Amino acid sequence: MHPLRKRRLLVVVFILVVSSIGVALATYALRQNMNFFYTPSQVAADSVPGDVRIRVGGMVVRGSLTRTPGDLGVNFRLTDGNAELAVRYTGILPDLFGEGEAAVAAGYLRSGRVLEADQVLAKHDENYTPPEVADAMKAGHAARAARAARDTDTDTDTPGSSAP
Amino acid sequence: MIPEYGHFALILACCLSLVLAVVPMLGVALRRPLWMACARPLAVGQLVFVTISFGCLAAAFLGDDFSVRYVAQNGNSLLPVYYKFSAVWGAHEGSLLLWVLVLAGWTAAVAVFSRELPPVLVARVLAVMGLIAVGFHLFLLLTSNPFERVLPLAPAEGRDLNPLLQDFGLIVHPPLLYMGYVGLSVPFAFAIAALLGGRMDVAWTRWTRPWTNTAWAFLTLGITLGSWWAYYELGWGGWWFWDPVENASFMPWLIATALVHSLAVTEKRGLFRGWTLLLAIFAFGLSLLGTFLVRSGVLTSVHAFASDPTRGVFVLAFLGVVIGGSLLLYGLRAPALRVPASFGWRSREAFVLANNGLLAVITAVILLGTLYPLVADVMGWGKISVGPPYFNSFFAPLALVLALLMGIGALVQWKDSAPAPMARAAGLGALVAVPAAGLLPWLWGSWQWGAAMALGTAAWVAALTVRDLWRKSAFAPDRWQGLRRLRGGYWGMVCAHLGVAVAIAGAGVTASYSAHHEARMQPGDALVVADYEFHFAGVTERAGPNYHAQIGAFDVHRDGRLVAHLEPEKRRYQGGQVMTEAGIDGRLDRDLYVVLGESLDDTAWAVRLHVKPLVRWLWLGGVLIALGAVIAVGDRRYRRSASVRTEVRTEVPANAVGR
Repeated sequence: MHPLRKRRLLVVVFILVVSSIGVALATYALRQNMNFFYTPSQVAADSVPGDVRIRVGGMVVRGSLTRTPGDLGVNFRLTDGNAELAVRYTGILPDLFGEGEAAVAAGYLRSGRVLEADQVLAKHDENYTPPEVADAMKAGHAARAARAARDTDTDTDTPGSSAP
Repeated sequence: MIPEYGHFALILACCLSLVLAVVPMLGVALRRPLWMACARPLAVGQLVFVTISFGCLAAAFLGDDFSVRYVAQNGNSLLPVYYKFSAVWGAHEGSLLLWVLVLAGWTAAVAVFSRELPPVLVARVLAVMGLIAVGFHLFLLLTSNPFERVLPLAPAEGRDLNPLLQDFGLIVHPPLLYMGYVGLSVPFAFAIAALLGGRMDVAWTRWTRPWTNTAWAFLTLGITLGSWWAYYELGWGGWWFWDPVENASFMPWLIATALVHSLAVTEKRGLFRGWTLLLAIFAFGLSLLGTFLVRSGVLTSVHAFASDPTRGVFVLAFLGVVIGGSLLLYGLRAPALRVPASFGWRSREAFVLANNGLLAVITAVILLGTLYPLVADVMGWGKISVGPPYFNSFFAPLALVLALLMGIGALVQWKDSAPAPMARAAGLGALVAVPAAGLLPWLWGSWQWGAAMALGTAAWVAALTVRDLWRKSAFAPDRWQGLRRLRGGYWGMVCAHLGVAVAIAGAGVTASYSAHHEARMQPGDALVVADYEFHFAGVTERAGPNYHAQIGAFDVHRDGRLVAHLEPEKRRYQGGQVMTEAGIDGRLDRDLYVVLGESLDDTAWAVRLHVKPLVRWLWLGGVLIALGAVIAVGDRRYRRSASVRTEVRTEVPANAVGR
């Protein structure tokens, strides 16, 4: 092979090798640090792995917020209108966190289906709901509507059971 | 009537930009000097009308005209005057109007300060900027009109500006950032003009460099200020979150940094031409991408004002046209600009190439991490967010390698240099850097890897930069004269590189040695964080102009001495929104930072206490980098038009296609 061509070939091969190593590394790092978003329904349906950091979003159930006396521990439940998930968190809650408001909690799912959150995010503006939570609520309400429809179907099938 | 005048002025400005985009370009094609010459007045006229429009919106805010929907949504009669004014860019429509104003400003600035440029180049540059303006004017008028009325039922009171934005930082941050973002349209326009004309000579680079530096300085300041704002206003004590919107401003900055360096090579040696043009295109392309990400509502962030699919589609289409068109033009014309490169591996060209390569890799990695969640969402792979560890694990090592190369690269010669002086310089650098890495971390009580690497690298950069300064000033009769004889461009580089060293030291130390503690505190309680004793005295109440505040009182002692009194606040605005104002005692060597959390019962409060060493160095570094760029703009050689003109004559055009 012509020496100049040989050198060019080497350069091209070098660039290819280096860039593919780079892409492989980047993809690996990306996979290691991806946090998937789940809805409380998905958690309830057992479709969530236990040992990875996840994010769960929904509305904070009214009346579910309790504090542990003496330290900064808080417990609350998140709902998407269909299922609920208990969240445990230690620390200061964001300013706009409140019952009946949207929130996203990130952390690890522990035994007994409790999300051990290391981060709680709330909306940052009065008129703003995180799109993920809005989607989750929509899906949750749709699921409940579907279930309700199914229930009424069974009710009409067996009229006796629904009699008061 | 005022809002209607504003709307009308905006439509006129849009028409002017349309004429600006078409007529001078036709003038070049048909060789009509008069058509080309109308570019300048059109550019100025556009600025006049956009300014009128912007003034009308500001007047609507200052006069509490809540019949304008945008004012009703973001204004309030109780807001202090300065926040009424800054509320103009407090949400989507107004910030876009600010964007257009800044673009019109840059266009007019190019028109005014380009007396020395050949008329053909001026006509092309201004026409390209006019074309960009057309896109944004249409975006503004068709999808986000800030002058829309809510009639006949106008609300009696506005909904108030988001309290997060009622802050000095937010008065200054968006205009500065936009000056940077939009300023990148100038090198972009110059690049397109060079591609259209098929020529790119020393004169072209000399005209492009000051504009690029200025835009880059603004972008640097804007990002620095944004980071500082996030630090004191969000109350998390962090200064960079790898939030998609931060990334959206950081990516154009990285590419613009590469461009600033690549332009130096193009000016001094005539090399890297195609690459320089490509960087100019991508720098502006990424700032448009940033606009798309921020304005389309696809991101969950402080900056995502509203979700409106038509807006997203519009920006995406505009982005596609601008980037696609530019790259097509590049593909067709760039080969004509090619010059054979010849430089050795120990030359400054090679180091700039490495710098550019690393910056491009960093940008690609950040782009991947920023866009992947969006792609995954669209493709239905699930809702994903990419955590900061991904970005940090790439950025930190690559940035350190970049800084190590920078130390040497700034002092090697063009074309090629001998190995011996390079080895001597590296030896001196190592002589300073290794002890710095080994000893300096002990100032904060323990030795940690991250801090040691950062401090070592910072010392390396600082030592080599100062050594080079010392050597370059040695040829004059005395040192003072020697220093004064150095060029503005060189001083700018020294200042910016020292800024990088300062920022790296700050980032490394504050990341390694920051201490924080969240606790429940009763009045009278005391807590010790990193040798500082925080005494909580209690909470008092006070009324502000449009909010009600609970103010905590903290006395901080060290070694029995009172060092600071901090008053973090919890503010409840009229709309019911609650905002935290951190209490900060800032010094060059450390920040004490206290946040008042929630009231837990009658007297106890949740509080967060931070001690953050050297955190201010980060922003000091950013300011030094921007200052460096400004000093470089002031270099005499960009103003000596006569000498530039002679060089134009001697420079052989790379190719005469398209003329």
